Amino acid sequence: MNDYYIYTEKMAVGYHGTPLIRDIELRVRRGEILTLIGPNGAGKSTILKSITRQLDLVAGTVYIDRESMSRMTEKAIARKLAVVLTERLRPELMTCEDVVGTGRYPYTGRLGILSAADREKVREAMELVHAQELADCDFSEISDGQRQRVLLARAICQEPEIIVLDEPTSFLDIRHKLELLTILKAMVEQRHVAVVMSLHELDLAQKISDQVVCVHGSTIARYGSPEEIFTSDYIKELYGVTKGSYNAAFGCLELEPAKGAPQVFVIGGNGSGIPVYRRLQRKGIPFAAGVLHENDVDCQVARALAAEVITEKAFCAVTEETYRRALAVMRTCGEVICCVKEFGPGNERNRRLAIEAGCLEV
Amino acid sequence: MRKKTQIRYAVSFAALAVLLLLLVFANINSGSVELTVGEIFRILVSREGDTTSCNIVWEIRLPRILAALILGGALSVSGFLLQTFFGNPIAGPFVLGISSGAKFIVALVMIFLLGKGLTAGSGTLIAAAFVGAMISMGFILLVSKRVKKMSILVICGVMIGYICSAVTDFVVTFADDSNIVNLHNWSLGSFSGTSWPDVRVMAAVIAVTLALTFLMSKPIGAYQLGESYARNMGVNIRRFRIALILLSSILSACVTAFAGPISFVGIAVPHLIKTMLKTAKPILLIPGCFLGGAVFCLFCDLIARTVFAPTELSISSVTAVFGAPVVIYMMVRRQSRAL
Repeated sequence: MNDYYIYTEKMAVGYHGTPLIRDIELRVRRGEILTLIGPNGAGKSTILKSITRQLDLVAGTVYIDRESMSRMTEKAIARKLAVVLTERLRPELMTCEDVVGTGRYPYTGRLGILSAADREKVREAMELVHAQELADCDFSEISDGQRQRVLLARAICQEPEIIVLDEPTSFLDIRHKLELLTILKAMVEQRHVAVVMSLHELDLAQKISDQVVCVHGSTIARYGSPEEIFTSDYIKELYGVTKGSYNAAFGCLELEPAKGAPQVFVIGGNGSGIPVYRRLQRKGIPFAAGVLHENDVDCQVARALAAEVITEKAFCAVTEETYRRALAVMRTCGEVICCVKEFGPGNERNRRLAIEAGCLEV
Repeated sequence: MRKKTQIRYAVSFAALAVLLLLLVFANINSGSVELTVGEIFRILVSREGDTTSCNIVWEIRLPRILAALILGGALSVSGFLLQTFFGNPIAGPFVLGISSGAKFIVALVMIFLLGKGLTAGSGTLIAAAFVGAMISMGFILLVSKRVKKMSILVICGVMIGYICSAVTDFVVTFADDSNIVNLHNWSLGSFSGTSWPDVRVMAAVIAVTLALTFLMSKPIGAYQLGESYARNMGVNIRRFRIALILLSSILSACVTAFAGPISFVGIAVPHLIKTMLKTAKPILLIPGCFLGGAVFCLFCDLIARTVFAPTELSISSVTAVFGAPVVIYMMVRRQSRAL
């Protein structure tokens, strides 16, 4: 237990003393990223607010560096824990450098005047997030992406051992999302800080987190490594997805397939089928896909979008039996599209299928 | 860049100090009795010269000038604190009804004491004003818990102001006494009739309050980033909020006790100072606002005394003429920026 830098014991969080989520046991080591995921309104922010003392705990204890947070002074906590929050800041007449400089608060004297050393720390932090050129800009006039970077610099400047971020990537475009998380990851590695954050982007959460906590209902629904959490079925269940699906391997979302008996049969493979599946799905035409090897990238997408998929075991030649099944389905379809140009030896029966459909010259 | 901003600060403060000195002189020199610069110097330095002139300068003009200086400064610092507290540049002791609340209780206490044939001492007046300020403040805080929109809060404040003023007028009208003329003047806002003991009391109270405020400039700066960030920086929010309310109420109560309600100084001056310094750092703004408020009130008092001499205008009408346009400008700009 003792090498965890921040951990909670039987923590219950909520508003006005009414617990919303109970028995929360989070454990984070330094140099680790713990991510909270879960549907809107599940209480991710509530948990984050509680461990940063923005909200009083309903029950339980939060320990930082083996010390109970409720027994620590504000200043002692400020030197160990920094936050990046969702609330929109519009401070008056503050340059980005001023905003980052507020991170030095726990270290400055009575009047809060920054020393040369403090200013050096501010400069370093801004460099780390690639925001040096923003130093003299008015904070309320920069873009969302820049703002998040500056706020991260502010947190870094506080020289914390834990950074808590509430949805740091919301409102950012993909470039800035990636930039921010890359900086965060570098921070964790270089400065060996612990990170607790909430993320809405499952694909990013899967890639950056060391531990994932699923918040749903009145307890922590699941807690584990991204590999344990990010399975297509569990994510669907966690978010109560009823339309469409989540692909854990790619971390991507797929819309609902068109309903009904297949009208088009698509012979695909090796990625050639995906654009056709998508086009048919957009137009709302139910289709069947075949014969796809289970290790084929087309198979992943076809399973989400096709009304029927005829598959073959990975690395095996298509068998006669699979061929017959595919042929039967193909005969029920009004149209056949063959996307495959070259058929390898294991794919011979797909070629026969194409010939049968009249897509290929004999 | 740092050098440039430091030069800006130095120039701004120097300009404020020069303006302050000029206005002090202009104020000494204007009025029904004309004096030459040489005479004024002689009177100030050695109290020599014509006894009437000496009396006019020392017993009438100087206390009044010092009152305008101290109270004007206090008022604008109080405005700055309220703006920080509500996170909004259009908050101020007058628009939030705090001045009017103070005025109401002071008027009640004065009339009650007059009825018993007593005159209220400055300590009593400050205490009464403080109670009134806290009542209005409490009401505003209750409202602010329910509505987050600043415009509604300001409307509530203005309404409280009207209610308090109406009741005060009512009470003043029906309390018949020869002293009521004074009370009436006071209830409109005026620096006239300040005595040296008054100046000493207000100087002491405001010096202490300002010193405490200045020592709080670090948490005030943190609070400008919002409550959550301030808490994360290690500010004890509860204690901080209470301190901020008390300090700003003491400042505006003290002003109201001596000079009645004075409008718009608390909003206009902090805004002008921020624009001049191009920063909102409390460590600069607290002294800046004090100087600026002093300059603004000396200037307005000069106009109140001289424009329609020998008739005097109430100080509040003059500050409104100069301050209200600034406030309107700020509201419009804020709205257009929010869209």
